[in-house]
Amino acid sequence: MQTHKAKRVVITIESIMQKRLTDTLESAGVTGYSILPVLGGSGRSGAWSRDGQISRASGMVQVVCIIRKERLDALLEAAFEVVDKHIGVVTITDVDVLRAERF
Amino acid sequence: MTGILDLALANLVSPVILSFVLGLLAALGRSDLTVPEAAAKGMSIYLLFAIGFKGGVAVAANGLDGTLIATMIAGLVLSAVLPFIAFAMLRVLTSLSRIDAAAVAGHYGSISIVTFVAATSVLEGRGISSEGYMVAVAAVMEAPAILSALWLVSTGGSGRRMDKELMREIMLNGSIVLLVGAFFIGAATGEEGLAAISSFIVAPFTGVLCLFLLDMGLVAGRGLRESRGTLNIGAVAFGILMPIVGSLIGLATGLIVGLSPGGVTLLMVLSASASYIAVPAAMRVALPEANPSVYLTLSLGVTFPFNLTIGIPLYVALSQAVTGG
Repeated sequence: MQTHKAKRVVITIESIMQKRLTDTLESAGVTGYSILPVLGGSGRSGAWSRDGQISRASGMVQVVCIIRKERLDALLEAAFEVVDKHIGVVTITDVDVLRAERF
Repeated sequence: MTGILDLALANLVSPVILSFVLGLLAALGRSDLTVPEAAAKGMSIYLLFAIGFKGGVAVAANGLDGTLIATMIAGLVLSAVLPFIAFAMLRVLTSLSRIDAAAVAGHYGSISIVTFVAATSVLEGRGISSEGYMVAVAAVMEAPAILSALWLVSTGGSGRRMDKELMREIMLNGSIVLLVGAFFIGAATGEEGLAAISSFIVAPFTGVLCLFLLDMGLVAGRGLRESRGTLNIGAVAFGILMPIVGSLIGLATGLIVGLSPGGVTLLMVLSASASYIAVPAAMRVALPEANPSVYLTLSLGVTFPFNLTIGIPLYVALSQAVTGG
């Protein structure tokens, strides 16, 4: 089957910043993304788990977008504005998609 | 002094406080006991609605008096001023950076509504009445401390921080909207409104509070376990001393304003408690450089358990001893 190259950007960020991030991504022209809850983890600010949080606002989420390569820079610049000083991780991987017109 | 301690001990042995202790011990002992997230959320909505509604009904029944405005202003001032005292204490007792200290200080000017609810339950259990509008005072005390904390940071040479969106999120956070909204519904419908729904919001209240505090104990215990080693002895000392200092300032303010013994106790509790929902969320947005494990562990892991187990009984006993109520 024919596949097409695309970029998968995963931004792990604090829940409280979720709307700010997705608003910024949308204004940068990103039309599609998925948001996943994060159960827990460990990093520079210590270990944490969703069970140990008093409200969802203190947890973390992952925002996943799949985009064409040529739109990557605009997305990263927009994302960086939001995640710059915040706890979080941004990763980019190459992926193959089946329906290129959707991205 | 012995009398105050005896009273405090008697208040400590209540189903509400012992439920919290059970949750705390279960989490520290790594039990697999959990309360589903949605159930905890449902209980918190129930408690906020019930406490807001009952406060409104009390205001409708007793009417408004001059102390309402004075207490609201006192609450605003306390919330704005307590962070400066907390900040000074933190600079003496700990080696926290200016930003971390300011972030922690903001938590201690704001309030914990769960601690407030637990205190009202203890007061009701002892037959001590309080002003219904203390619920509204609790609501106004939530935000000013955040501004004080941000001001403390900006005087250290760092600008920016507060934007319109953050201000809207703070002022319209779900807890405040529900609490104040239910307060107005209670005030508008009065005793008749209460009679219509009392079997739902009065009779089951203490039982729901027990289960909710069981969950809070579990959350606080897990938080403590996960952040072992985050706080040094100076920070822990602050987490216990600050609520005592805050409660004494609340006591003095309550007496000046002319509150009833129950109202004085509640103002002490509000001044002693530290936020762990609204302020951490605001700090994550406005002060991302501050370490969340420091302020969350302090407010939720140290001060909240202290207030629930030792603080509230002590504040009740102290205000009774001072006011003779």
